[in-house]
Amino acid sequence: MKTDRVNKPSPPQRLAHAISAFAILCALCGVSTSASAQQDPAIISGGIGFLTTTNGGNTNYIPEARPVAVLPLGDHLQIETRATILSNFFHRTGDGYDHFTFKTMDYLQADVKAGSHATIVAGEFLTPFGTYNERLTQIWNQTFQDLPLIYGVGTMNTGSGLGGMVRGNVFANDRASVSYAAYYSANSTSGYFGAERSSGGQAQVYLPESGVEIGASYGRSLGAVHENFEGMHLWWQPVDTGFRFRSEFGRAPHAKGYWFETDYRLQQLGGGADSALGRLEPVFRMQQTFRDAPDNNDGLPFVNTKRADFGLDYHLPHEIRVHTSYGRQFSPDGNVNIWETSLVYRLLIPTWKSKH
Amino acid sequence: MKSLEIITLGLAVSISALAAASSMPSAQSDSQSQAQSTSKLSRSSHPATPDRGQRVFQQNCARCHSAPENLGPSVSGAVARHMRVRANLSDADFRALLHFLNP
Repeated sequence: MKTDRVNKPSPPQRLAHAISAFAILCALCGVSTSASAQQDPAIISGGIGFLTTTNGGNTNYIPEARPVAVLPLGDHLQIETRATILSNFFHRTGDGYDHFTFKTMDYLQADVKAGSHATIVAGEFLTPFGTYNERLTQIWNQTFQDLPLIYGVGTMNTGSGLGGMVRGNVFANDRASVSYAAYYSANSTSGYFGAERSSGGQAQVYLPESGVEIGASYGRSLGAVHENFEGMHLWWQPVDTGFRFRSEFGRAPHAKGYWFETDYRLQQLGGGADSALGRLEPVFRMQQTFRDAPDNNDGLPFVNTKRADFGLDYHLPHEIRVHTSYGRQFSPDGNVNIWETSLVYRLLIPTWKSKH
Repeated sequence: MKSLEIITLGLAVSISALAAASSMPSAQSDSQSQAQSTSKLSRSSHPATPDRGQRVFQQNCARCHSAPENLGPSVSGAVARHMRVRANLSDADFRALLHFLNP
């Protein structure tokens, strides 16, 4: 989820670059197919949605797609990429509607399996800080369509790094699993590969029996100003229930904040997950930020802010989901109501027929 | 610049059409495998039939998203490999997940 801080090429250039990248990836699929009949087929997945949001009385209509491509190459290498393409239609006072289009490459990475406990990632990757950036920026995975207020903490403005990362599992058994990630990113002002010079990493412990995960993240911006970012996260999903609790705390040099959200799919109230009632999922998110000193670059609100969101999601058959939510944001700049709805579809298709 | 855009657009459309055409024959087999995977998921979600692959799926993949409806042999390999990196799966968990998705 990049911001507009980086210099971008003109729209025609970006379109040509995007199409070229996609064409190269498709060509690689073809080369890979002919190279090995037993090769796992590449897949195209991701989410496509139509979102509306009314914030303080202003409504935006946003058709959005986040396609993901995964291309296995042999047993130890794969290439993955995800793009975000959206248009934002909004009402211009007294002059009908206007819109802008936003396109970016979220990540384009090569994953090299370096052993039982390590994978080397090279290219552009999602910054591993907290949980939201890597796990929940795909619109199919989101219970609320808005990013948390503290999303900017540790994600180095663009949400992506350009360089290398080592990640893996230290050990895993039936009682605990420990995993890690560490990265270094160079500075890049390229429109599709915008990144800040930075380094960081995270470690987390997951306890399968209780469904609890605790993790810590650290990031250091190495640009003109060196700054540290710290984060903690706690997730809890009790076994054999439809309940989930997710939370994060993040601290930047001049601000800090937290969010937590819960959702409960009503599958246990009778009929299972595919019943009319079991497809319902009430969701709730609370978040708060605290400003210690002015800072235009950390991405957090300029003033202390609280926000509560209540939502109801409905899981339709055939990979379609409906989201609705109401939120109220409180800050010294004024309180606002936020209404959101969205219709999201998940696609998952192979690029050719498997020989398995 | 304009000719470059037209060439790349034509190239992308051609390759996309080829990719779509090559995936069409698998539509029927995918619908069969979808039925198999659907029954597999509903069967394996029963707590009386614990399975390591199912546990791996529930503990790693299902914490962020539900199971895809159209899982089949054509997609399970790439899906499991994606999750191996994204969820930092161990080798044993990766193999169990792969077996669960494509027994």
